[in-house]
Amino acid sequence: MMLIHCPHCDEKRPEVEFAYAGEAHIVRPNAEQQQAMSDAKWSEFLFIRDNVRGEHCERWWHANGCNMFFNAVRNTVTDKFIKTYKIGQKRPTQAQIQKWKSAK
Amino acid sequence: MSDFRRQNRGNVDNNTKVNFTFDGKTYSGLKGDTVASALLASGVHLMGRSFKYHRPRGPVGAGFEEPNALVTVHRGKGRMTPNLRATTLEIYEGMDVRSQNKWPNLKFDIGGFNNIFSPLFPAGFYNKTFMWPKSFWDKVYEPFIRNAAGLGPAPKEVDPDVYGSCYGHCEVLIVGAGPSGLAAALAAAKKDQRVILVDENARLGGSLLSSGEVAIDGKPASEWLTKTIMTLEAAKNVRIMRRTSAFGYYHDNFVALAERITDHIPNAQIGQVREVMHRIHAGQVILAQGAIERPLVFNGNDRPGVMLASAAQSYMGRYGVAVGKEVIAFTSHDSVYGAVFDLADSNIRVGAIVDARASVSKDLLAMAQAKGIDVHVGSVISKTTGKTRINSAEVYNPATGQKTKIKCDALLMSGGWTPSLHLWSQSKGSIKWDVETGVYLPDVANENCVCIAACNGDFGVETALNAGSKAGGGRKKYDVTEAEWGSGEIFDQLPNYITPKKTKAFVDFQNDVTNKDIILAVQEGFKSIEHVKRYTTNGMATDQGKLSNLNALEIAAKALGKEAPKVGLTTFRPPYTPTSFGAFCGYRTDDLFEVTRKTTIDPWAEAQGAVFEPVGVWRRAWYFPKDGEDMHAAVARECKATRDSLGIFDASTLGKIEVVGPDAAKFMNIMYTNPWSKLAVGACRYGLMLGENGYIYDDGVVGRIAEDRFHVTTTTGGAPRVYRHMEDYLQTEFPELDVWLTSTTEQWSVIALNGPNARKLIESFVEDIDLSPEAFPHMAVREGKICSVPTRLFRVSFSGELGFEVNVPSHFGRQVWETLFEAGQKYDITPYGTETMHVLRAEKGFIIVGQDTDGTVTPQDAGMSWIVSKKKKDFVGKRSLQRTDLVAEGRKHLIGLLTDDPKVVLEEGAHIVADPTQSVPMDMLGHVTSSYWSESLGKSVAMALVKDGFNRMDDTLYIPMPGGVTHAAKVVKPVFYDPKGERLNVV
Repeated sequence: MMLIHCPHCDEKRPEVEFAYAGEAHIVRPNAEQQQAMSDAKWSEFLFIRDNVRGEHCERWWHANGCNMFFNAVRNTVTDKFIKTYKIGQKRPTQAQIQKWKSAK
Repeated sequence: MSDFRRQNRGNVDNNTKVNFTFDGKTYSGLKGDTVASALLASGVHLMGRSFKYHRPRGPVGAGFEEPNALVTVHRGKGRMTPNLRATTLEIYEGMDVRSQNKWPNLKFDIGGFNNIFSPLFPAGFYNKTFMWPKSFWDKVYEPFIRNAAGLGPAPKEVDPDVYGSCYGHCEVLIVGAGPSGLAAALAAAKKDQRVILVDENARLGGSLLSSGEVAIDGKPASEWLTKTIMTLEAAKNVRIMRRTSAFGYYHDNFVALAERITDHIPNAQIGQVREVMHRIHAGQVILAQGAIERPLVFNGNDRPGVMLASAAQSYMGRYGVAVGKEVIAFTSHDSVYGAVFDLADSNIRVGAIVDARASVSKDLLAMAQAKGIDVHVGSVISKTTGKTRINSAEVYNPATGQKTKIKCDALLMSGGWTPSLHLWSQSKGSIKWDVETGVYLPDVANENCVCIAACNGDFGVETALNAGSKAGGGRKKYDVTEAEWGSGEIFDQLPNYITPKKTKAFVDFQNDVTNKDIILAVQEGFKSIEHVKRYTTNGMATDQGKLSNLNALEIAAKALGKEAPKVGLTTFRPPYTPTSFGAFCGYRTDDLFEVTRKTTIDPWAEAQGAVFEPVGVWRRAWYFPKDGEDMHAAVARECKATRDSLGIFDASTLGKIEVVGPDAAKFMNIMYTNPWSKLAVGACRYGLMLGENGYIYDDGVVGRIAEDRFHVTTTTGGAPRVYRHMEDYLQTEFPELDVWLTSTTEQWSVIALNGPNARKLIESFVEDIDLSPEAFPHMAVREGKICSVPTRLFRVSFSGELGFEVNVPSHFGRQVWETLFEAGQKYDITPYGTETMHVLRAEKGFIIVGQDTDGTVTPQDAGMSWIVSKKKKDFVGKRSLQRTDLVAEGRKHLIGLLTDDPKVVLEEGAHIVADPTQSVPMDMLGHVTSSYWSESLGKSVAMALVKDGFNRMDDTLYIPMPGGVTHAAKVVKPVFYDPKGERLNVV
């Protein structure tokens, strides 16, 4: 069982406390933007997701814990978490991810 | 003492005899014996029949890798365990052991005819033969395969034993208590850290228990072992776990252990914990699992009496058992010489050592000569004889063509050693091919894990001890006197003068896979080892190929003309050894199998004799039968009583979420399709929630308790996901909104009172609330007291009758319920369950999300466009409702159906067609979603999702049923009872 660091609790907690919540950094368009979007664009927002082999930015929910959503960079091949961070923080750059990795 | 027991050897208690039965016959062994060692001591090698050909088989190994000697142990009713390895089963007084896969008995087995016809059973036999007709699979092929090629029978009765489940934590977990594991534990124990040392055997020591003369730091190995175990047992930070298999290695050094507690104890009582599954989180894992000797693939290598050389040495070293009186060894590795010399010193006659290699070290040859053992260098075994036990082997020298028949009652083979990489590979540590030794070795670790000693390809006791000490963080250097380990050669196939057609050289003993099968698979086009494995079934038996995988790989690689690493290696998956279902379940059986959520009123319903149904994880009263009523009669009575006078219903399972904060109304506007800003305090509104994709997600009544406070209700099953959905939007899309969400489902008991007398009943119990219709209209909520306890009283109705939903703090639920029920007697108050609730709501056409909708239904499809705000700029799902596909013609619409024959109640889920005379497969328009007998209307009512349903009003559609009956039904609006809603206003 994986241990996942919750950035809100600032603790490593067992995987069973968490639930996966899909790809991160997909911003919901506001009302005006929604109306300006074509059906195709809107469908893309709704349904199309990356299928990354490697480092993936994704959302997790500390469901059986502090109840907070947060973001994580996880390697989809090794299933290793590289970093977890709070919602609202910018998508990390490749350089930042590499830095986190070498700091481990 | 039998001729096969050596009194001065082994760790058995020579003074304590233990009697057990094997296939009904009584045998006696010694305390400390395994079933296999005790039977071998009695001269019995035949312990099982093989899977496919039913060939007689004896033990090949002496441990957990054993593929052949599988037995069933009976410990009383429901306590039968099949497919256990006789080589690891400790005997106890009265133990009942039975062989498997034989009929009528082990010595004469009818299934053995499969052996004679074995040319008919080549690789992929099942795939090729049992292909068609498809209908034969269930009735003919599968039963045939199961009968003819069975392992032990599966238990049919409930297992009465108790199993445990435990979590554990440590800084260092050591798997394997051989010399390296013990040395690692000694070193690690000296530090301030928790150490867990695990071994699958009853005795610690590993190879030290069976190796020949070894001295550690000048003392005999046995002395070192005793002292080490005492030291470790005395150390407070060390936990030693015997009879415990580390069978699974998961993420972040999470290792699963199965500990066997009672299987070696006579008369273990039911209630004693039989096995415990430990889930260990370890800081560091040290894998010291050793290596498994590799069989040689030669003609006749599966006869009882043919076994691994290390196994023969183990039987002598651990149990003082000679596996035969006259043995021959066949090898391609130096390590066999030491083992054979050890046996020769234990008074076993060694007829010959047959060495397949072209040359052997002079030292070994000299030592063999000194012991009077012939060594046939550059020779092989070309065939063996003996029906249920080997009685001779033929030595063949390909260079000279010379053949020599040698009598023997056991043949010891060794094709080198395979490091046990199972757990290492499960941890996703990478492996690399070692050309010199022809094995895979650990390469780069993925976890904080290290593989040491033989399991890392480093052999010898001194090497092991020093590797262990280092891995445990120590600096101690051990000084060991021992025989040289030496080296070996790998042979994918051994030369033979006999035509391959007439030979049988087994690679996988348990699944009866021969070298010819693997070559055939390659010839038939299978190039990946994963495919070869599945086609031939090599490595797919209960031993998971511990003995066979590398031999199969060598043979396949040779046949493909490739290097072994280019052909790959099959994936190692948990469990490392078969693990009982009981251990996985632990205590989570029967009542603890799944949580059953019950309301505080549930015990009252149970006492009333209610019949229950599961709704999600809730159990809810389904109906309350009276005087032997069936469901139909009970529901009809409950419906009538409710519509005529008064019904009482436990609605506590409704999901409830408290939405609070200055921005609560703004947030509600986002989450629901309809507007909330102008909802007055004290008023209620039905809310419809969509997913961002525009489909109906949930619904429920919402009451505004204060400007900044909403009491939201959800469907019973939808509560958790609605709460998550709300939290998700609040936290990630609208974090600027000042709102708090609290799940209050279990804080409130909800008593629904429905019927014309509902108000009259509560009048005398309610304080601080004006119940008059003017002051408290339909769809309103008031706070006050009922039966002297605080309440949020809702005037709402899911039945179409005058209705109140009494919310009281959960712990008052039953008290209030009983008070109301007693007072309601004068109105013939009738408790009803979920079935009546469904009938009443269906008569009104109220939908159940998830029953009348299926995740592809929009509000328009459900005929609920009225609830979708046109003014709000944004809500979840708004943009999707404008998508071309969602506004297209011809979508399925939710409509009502009235059957031509009013007595016919349609089946929910039944398909609907326009023309029942069309040919099959018919063009289906949709399906029935809800269907009930309505006692109030004297006819059946149904709702259905039907293609273009709104444009089919008054059309007749058809519902063809299995058996040729077709029902006709008219499309109507889905409101059957009191369409004007007048009954809500009963005064």
